[in-house]
Amino acid sequence: MGLLDSIFRAPPSKSAALAKERLQIIVTHERGNRRNSPDYLPTLKKELLEVVRKYVPIDQSQIKVHLDREDGCEVLELNITLPEEEQRLAQQRPNGGEA
Amino acid sequence: MATIIVVTSGKGGVGKTTTSASFATGLAQRGYRTVVIDFDVGLRNLDLIMGCERRVVYDFVNVINNEANLNQALIRDKRVENLYILPASQTRDKEALTKEGVERVLNELKAGFDYIVCDSPAGIERGALMALYFADQALVVTNPEVSSVRDSDRILGILASKSLRAEQGDEPVKEYLVLARYAPERADRGDMLSVNDVLEILGIPLLGVIPESQTVLQSSNAGVPVILEDSSEAGAAYSDLVDRFLGKDLPHRFTSAQKKGFLQRLFGGS
Repeated sequence: MGLLDSIFRAPPSKSAALAKERLQIIVTHERGNRRNSPDYLPTLKKELLEVVRKYVPIDQSQIKVHLDREDGCEVLELNITLPEEEQRLAQQRPNGGEA
Repeated sequence: MATIIVVTSGKGGVGKTTTSASFATGLAQRGYRTVVIDFDVGLRNLDLIMGCERRVVYDFVNVINNEANLNQALIRDKRVENLYILPASQTRDKEALTKEGVERVLNELKAGFDYIVCDSPAGIERGALMALYFADQALVVTNPEVSSVRDSDRILGILASKSLRAEQGDEPVKEYLVLARYAPERADRGDMLSVNDVLEILGIPLLGVIPESQTVLQSSNAGVPVILEDSSEAGAAYSDLVDRFLGKDLPHRFTSAQKKGFLQRLFGGS
């Protein structure tokens, strides 16, 4: 902050424009995430898991719930990976021998 | 029935406590019975800014735990009538602020006050969530700087989803922007986000612009809310902010650079 500095100002840097642009991008992105993962999603996942488990033994990692938003249309994608046949039979008959 | 206002920001060091102290003082100066509560459990500081640190005997957590009653814990301000301070506890127990406890104390305060100002801690942990949970209105304090603006946006998301009003599906918390530490000359030069830039990004109504000012530090040194320094720019800006909050239609001041004369530029002075 010298004497000369205050008389001959530094050329404008316009870094504020860059800040604004970066903020607009990150804020829009983060708002999108908030909207795309409503509060009920974890509960929905848990309850779905319980229903499927009544029939097929699966664990938490084998169910994927994803909500997408395109052109004002929401798509709920549900992906359940069923266990291999052998594994399932083994789990169904824990006391029995090989099928 | 009192109105509950949270002063929040997400980011630390942007001026929440300064704003809480001046806002509450301004409301009380205008005749409203006002209490300002420090929610920053473990890092109590509102008492220092208000200049009443040596009069703290009991605190917010003592009242929640029924170790003291409100009359014992509330500190009456010596300068301004109608103004009371409820200091935070210095306990390190983060679980000290229970939702039920906070609710009980707020309900008790509602009976005797017009305004309850909740000074939120930084972050999005329990203290911050409790400070905003019961709010009717929110002052979101933001600095014209990228991390502060981003955190403010995050807090706006939390107000819209995690507050009692959001949970019950009531009318949402009314949000206002307080842009603090603003330097008009730097914004004019393009070195700092302008008022309009921040408004455009956050999209909430502007309650006040507080200019960067040496008086803020000087008054915190002395334990005097800066609004009481009415000859200073920051003090005047807080006064306007309070009037606007109460419904007055005032133009925003200190948002554009003042033309400095050649000599003033040479010899500085702010």
